[in-house]
Amino acid sequence: MHKSLDLINERIHDGNARVVTAEEMPSIVGELGERGALKEVDVVTTGTFGAMCSSGAFFNFGHADPPIRMERIWLNNVEAYGGLAAVDTYIGATQQSDTRQDQYGGAHVIEDLVAGKTIELRASSHGTDCYPRRTITTELALEDLNQAIMCNPRNAYQRYNAAINTTDRVLHTYMGTLLPNSGNISFSGAGVLNPISNDPKLRLIGSGVPIFLCGAPGMVIGEGTQSSPAGGFGTLMVTGDMKKMSPDYLAAATMHGYGVTLYVGLGIPLPVLDLDVVRATAVRDEDIAVDLIDYGVPSRNRPLIRKVSYAELRSGSVELNGEMIRTSSLSSFRRARAVAQDLKDWIEKGTMSLALPTRSIDTTRQVKPMHQISKGPRVMDIMDRQIVSISESEEIKTAAQKLLKGETNHLPVINSEGMLVGIVTTFDISKAVANPGKAKLVRDIMKKKVVTTSVDEAVDIAVHKLEKFNISALPVVDAQHHVIGMLTAINLGKLFGGRWLK
Amino acid sequence: MKLLVNFSRGKGRKPIIAQVVRDTGVLINVERAVIDSSEGEALIDVPDDQCQLVRNSMTSLGARVRMLEHGISLNERVCVDCGACISICPNEVFSFNTDWKLVLTEERCVLCGKCVEVCPRQALILPL
Repeated sequence: MHKSLDLINERIHDGNARVVTAEEMPSIVGELGERGALKEVDVVTTGTFGAMCSSGAFFNFGHADPPIRMERIWLNNVEAYGGLAAVDTYIGATQQSDTRQDQYGGAHVIEDLVAGKTIELRASSHGTDCYPRRTITTELALEDLNQAIMCNPRNAYQRYNAAINTTDRVLHTYMGTLLPNSGNISFSGAGVLNPISNDPKLRLIGSGVPIFLCGAPGMVIGEGTQSSPAGGFGTLMVTGDMKKMSPDYLAAATMHGYGVTLYVGLGIPLPVLDLDVVRATAVRDEDIAVDLIDYGVPSRNRPLIRKVSYAELRSGSVELNGEMIRTSSLSSFRRARAVAQDLKDWIEKGTMSLALPTRSIDTTRQVKPMHQISKGPRVMDIMDRQIVSISESEEIKTAAQKLLKGETNHLPVINSEGMLVGIVTTFDISKAVANPGKAKLVRDIMKKKVVTTSVDEAVDIAVHKLEKFNISALPVVDAQHHVIGMLTAINLGKLFGGRWLK
Repeated sequence: MKLLVNFSRGKGRKPIIAQVVRDTGVLINVERAVIDSSEGEALIDVPDDQCQLVRNSMTSLGARVRMLEHGISLNERVCVDCGACISICPNEVFSFNTDWKLVLTEERCVLCGKCVEVCPRQALILPL
C-alpha cells in the first residue's frame, strides 16, 4: 500500500488532508494499526524549540551615497562578518557585543530586528576608487534591509546527550548550570516531536523540503554541519525569510558562564506515503535514548554514565545509583508543541504544500574529530617535580620553615598514607600567626578542598582551573592521590620559550 | 509570612533571633542566613498571625525588618518554558503544568536567587 505525494498535496489543496502532530501519531497507530493509520493520516507535523548556537542571518543593506565597501561591520556593537560583497554581511547568533559581552549578542540583534526594533549599523572601509566612503553609521529596521535571510548551518539536532557533573564544583556549560556531585541532569530536545527522530533514515527530509522556521515558511538546504546520522545525531542546514518570522518562535538567550545563543523554533511536515513512514512517525519518547554524559571531565571523550530515554528525562527525575536526580530541560516542549500545531494549521488551511527532497542526505555520514598536528603542552611538560610537602600532624611553625626553605608559597599536605588531604599557603600561615588562636597543627589551618591536576592534563585546562578558582598553584596527583608534582603560575613561563609555539 | 532581617553585629554580638524566640515564644524558621563579622541578613518564616509580634520584637533589638509578600517572580512575556530553573531550585518552586507551561509555587521560595542567573532568558526577578 502506498500513497503518492501528489494525492496528499491534492488533499491539502482541497482542505481535506488529515494532519496530526508527531505527538498524536503513536496513539493513532496504536488504535488503528499501521495500515489503518496509513489510510487515515496524510501528514505528520514535527516541531522543536531549542537553543541552536549555529544560527545566523545574511543581510543586504543597500548602497549608501557615496558608496562604501564595508570591511568591518557592527550591528548594535556586535561584529558581523565583513568578508562578503560591499554591503552584504552574515551575523552569527553567538557573536558577543564589544560592550555588553554575554548580555547581548548576534542572537539579540536578530531578535530585536524581528521584534520591529531599530538597530545601529556601523561600518568601516579602507576606501577604493569605486567605493570611496570610509565609514558609515546609520539606523536600520528590518523593513529597511533588502534581504534578511536566516541561514543556520546546524539546526534540529536529532537528539542531544544529557549532562551531569560528578565533580564537587558547579559547572557552567552550554548545557546550562550543572550542580556538583550529580546534583542535577540537564537535557535538550523535543524527543517524540523532533523532526529527524520521526524520519531517521532521512527518506522525507532533505534539500528543498519546506519547513516552519521561526514562524516563517522556510526550507531545508541539506545536511547540517557536524551531522552524524549514522550515530543518531543528524543535523540540518536550514533557511527562511527573517522578514516573515515571529518573535514567538525566536528568542535570544544567555547561558550563564557560557555565552549567547538563539532559541529557534523549527518544524517539518512529513507526508505519510507508506508503512515505513507510519512506523517511523509512531516513535515515542520511550524509544529515543541518549547518553548521560559526565561533563565534569573536560575532554572530548567524556565518560558515559548510562543510557537514558526522553521519557525518563521529561518525567522530572532520573534514577542513578538508587537516588532520584532532578532534570532540567534547556529546550521548550511547550513551544515545540506550538510549532507542530501551527504547522498543522498551515497545512490544514492549504498554505503549505509538501515536497520530497531534491537531493538526499547521506545517512552513513559520521562526524570525525579535528585533525591535530600536535597535541599541545601537557602538565607533565612544565610541572615542578621537586615537591616540598608536609604532614597534616606537623606544627604550623614547621610549615612556615618549610615554606621558607623550599622557597615556595604552597605546601601540599599529606596524610600518613602519603595521600593529598589539603594545602597550606603562606597566606594561611600568616593568618594563623596574625590571629593566634587554638590552631596549632597544619590540619587546623589547611584548606581541605584542593583543586588538583594530573600529568596528562592539557595545560589549557590547568590554566582554566587556576583562573576559575583564582589560585596560583595546583598539586599534580596520580590515580592514588599521591602528589607527584606542582604546577604554579611560574611554570607557565616555560610556555613562552617557543617550544610549544610551533 | 517571610521576613528579611538585617542587623549589625557591632555591639556585643547580641543573639537577636534566639532572644526573640525566647521573648515571644514564636518558633522561627530560619530559611537562609548570611552572617559575617560586622553584619548579618536572615530570611525567616513565621506564622502570619505572629508576624507583627516578631517584627516588633526584632525591631526593638535594633534589627531592620522587612516583610516579604512575594517570592521570585516570573516575567511570562520573556519566559520560553524551557525549565532550566527546575532542577537548580533547592526548594522545588518550579514545575511544569500539564501543558508544559512553567508554573511557580511562590510560597516555597526562600529568595536564594540561584535560579536568576541560570535562566537563559533573564525572566526571573527577585523582589528586592
